[in-house]
Amino acid sequence: MRKMIPALLAALLLAACSSTPKTESGGAKIEDRTPGSGATTDGNAGKIQTITPDATNGSPLAILKDPKSILSKRSIYFDFDSYVIKQEHQALVEAHGKFLREHPELKVLIQGNADERGSREYNLALGQKRAEAVRKALTLLGAKDAQIEAVSLGEEKPKNAGHDEAAWAENRRGDILYSGEF
Amino acid sequence: MTRPIIVFRGLVALLACLLAIPALAQLTIEITGTGANRIPISIAQFEGETQLPKSVTDVVRADLERSGLFKVIGIPSTLGETATVDAADWKSRGVDALAVGTIRAAGDRYEVRFRLHDTVKAAQLGGLSISMNAAQNRATGHKIADFIYEKLIGEPGTFSTSIAYVVKTGGRYQLQVADADGMNAQTALSSPEPIISPTWSPDGTRLAYVSFEKKKPVIYVHSIVTSQRQIVANFKGSNSAPAWSPDGRRLAVVLTKDGNSQMYSVNADGSGVQRLASSPGIDTEPTFSPDGSYIYFTSDRGGAPQIYRVSAGGGDPQRVTFDGTYNVSPHLSPDGKSLAYITRNGGFRVALMDLATRQTQILTDSAKDESPSFAPNGRMILYASEIGGRGVLAAVSTDGRIKQRLSVAAADVREPAWGPLPKK
Repeated sequence: MRKMIPALLAALLLAACSSTPKTESGGAKIEDRTPGSGATTDGNAGKIQTITPDATNGSPLAILKDPKSILSKRSIYFDFDSYVIKQEHQALVEAHGKFLREHPELKVLIQGNADERGSREYNLALGQKRAEAVRKALTLLGAKDAQIEAVSLGEEKPKNAGHDEAAWAENRRGDILYSGEF
Repeated sequence: MTRPIIVFRGLVALLACLLAIPALAQLTIEITGTGANRIPISIAQFEGETQLPKSVTDVVRADLERSGLFKVIGIPSTLGETATVDAADWKSRGVDALAVGTIRAAGDRYEVRFRLHDTVKAAQLGGLSISMNAAQNRATGHKIADFIYEKLIGEPGTFSTSIAYVVKTGGRYQLQVADADGMNAQTALSSPEPIISPTWSPDGTRLAYVSFEKKKPVIYVHSIVTSQRQIVANFKGSNSAPAWSPDGRRLAVVLTKDGNSQMYSVNADGSGVQRLASSPGIDTEPTFSPDGSYIYFTSDRGGAPQIYRVSAGGGDPQRVTFDGTYNVSPHLSPDGKSLAYITRNGGFRVALMDLATRQTQILTDSAKDESPSFAPNGRMILYASEIGGRGVLAAVSTDGRIKQRLSVAAADVREPAWGPLPKK
């Protein structure tokens, strides 16, 4: 049974791959023109499947999923028009910086986000500023440049789809994702 | 800006509904405000037009009416291209201009000949002869409407142009290209991840845009002729805000490979990356002046986002906007004389600045306007807005009077870009 797990995971990974859009450079084809008409990928095409093949006991990655570990917390929230990591998130950032320093083989993607108000491109830049703040903090804690990519999703992927201050506060955020999680 | 809003739903919307392909969400245009002095015009039924499966003159009438600059007066008559026009008689009926025409079958094609009469000056203003097949009735109608518009308004018509925009339905994003009247929508790209910032190459054959399909923003250039596309910028970090140089050879882009969002220029194939300006914070939303000499952009270098410009050859940026604490998304008029942008003034609204006098006018009274871009004749500004929580496109004339709304039923429409004039 234990031997079957890697095979199952491989199959899952393949399945995950096939549900992502086949839109590589050069091969841009016009996909289904009719939203929701028979395209089998429509149902879950927007979801990012998270698969961590080696998250077994003893792997360094297990702790990232352990709800008792601070490393399972990945979101840093920012005030309006601010790019400063607040005191309440310092411990979280420090834990990830230390973890990355101790595991130089690991890589992270930091996704910055902004609330929906105003220009999409300017919000993309604001999200980048937040991702960049997290990237800098992790680097100061000993993570290597090559381990980290800071990107922005701007206002395009809101965690909270609402249109009030509570929703906006939830969307002014940086998320730390480890390899295999994005 | 409180002017009476005259609502002309009807003809255009009705046409759009009748001709809509049921499977594809159709962009419907409503006219919600018109010019102060609309030219009264009649378009006669063209002689021989009944042999066509689909009308040409209906397209001409809808185009002119939608522009907000004409009042189309219905007449029952069929008038051939060589019909004698009694100018005084038409004038007395309140018709200042009259189009007449003849359609003849020529093999499996048709020859459409039309003539425009100015009944005020009792003069002929010329005409066109167009060879078409039966399926090209819309394209022919747009060409005739463009001719009439140019003769009577004195600037090129935009009825034969295209617009690009992004439709979000459920969790899916589609980059679409449609005729300026919302018809013939084609999907250029369909993706489960966001697509933003489409912008036309100056020759109208390619779109540059930002797609998140790689879980981060990456810039592509996509030929709408061949449907081929290539990555132009996929550097470490985010890649966004593409803008074409007027010669179509380079793009200004925003990259974060060196930290925060900064502007670079790249060749249209992605080679030859050069830095355009430097700031400790955000520089984004670059756009070229039509003569290529300046790049206007949004920067928070002064604290709050404001619009600046820098010489395309480098140098010190100069600040352009001073009123308010949020001025973003600059776009220059085709003549380079005015700047459209979004200002936060109660809500987010479309503003227009005369660059010579720095006089600014706020053109809209909506709350969530974004992404303004000019029609290629400079008359209208197309932008994204929101009504009842749903994304719609809207257009406003530079004098604030003519207003149109473009929407797709049950979908969010955003990120509009008006394509260039077709080559003559």
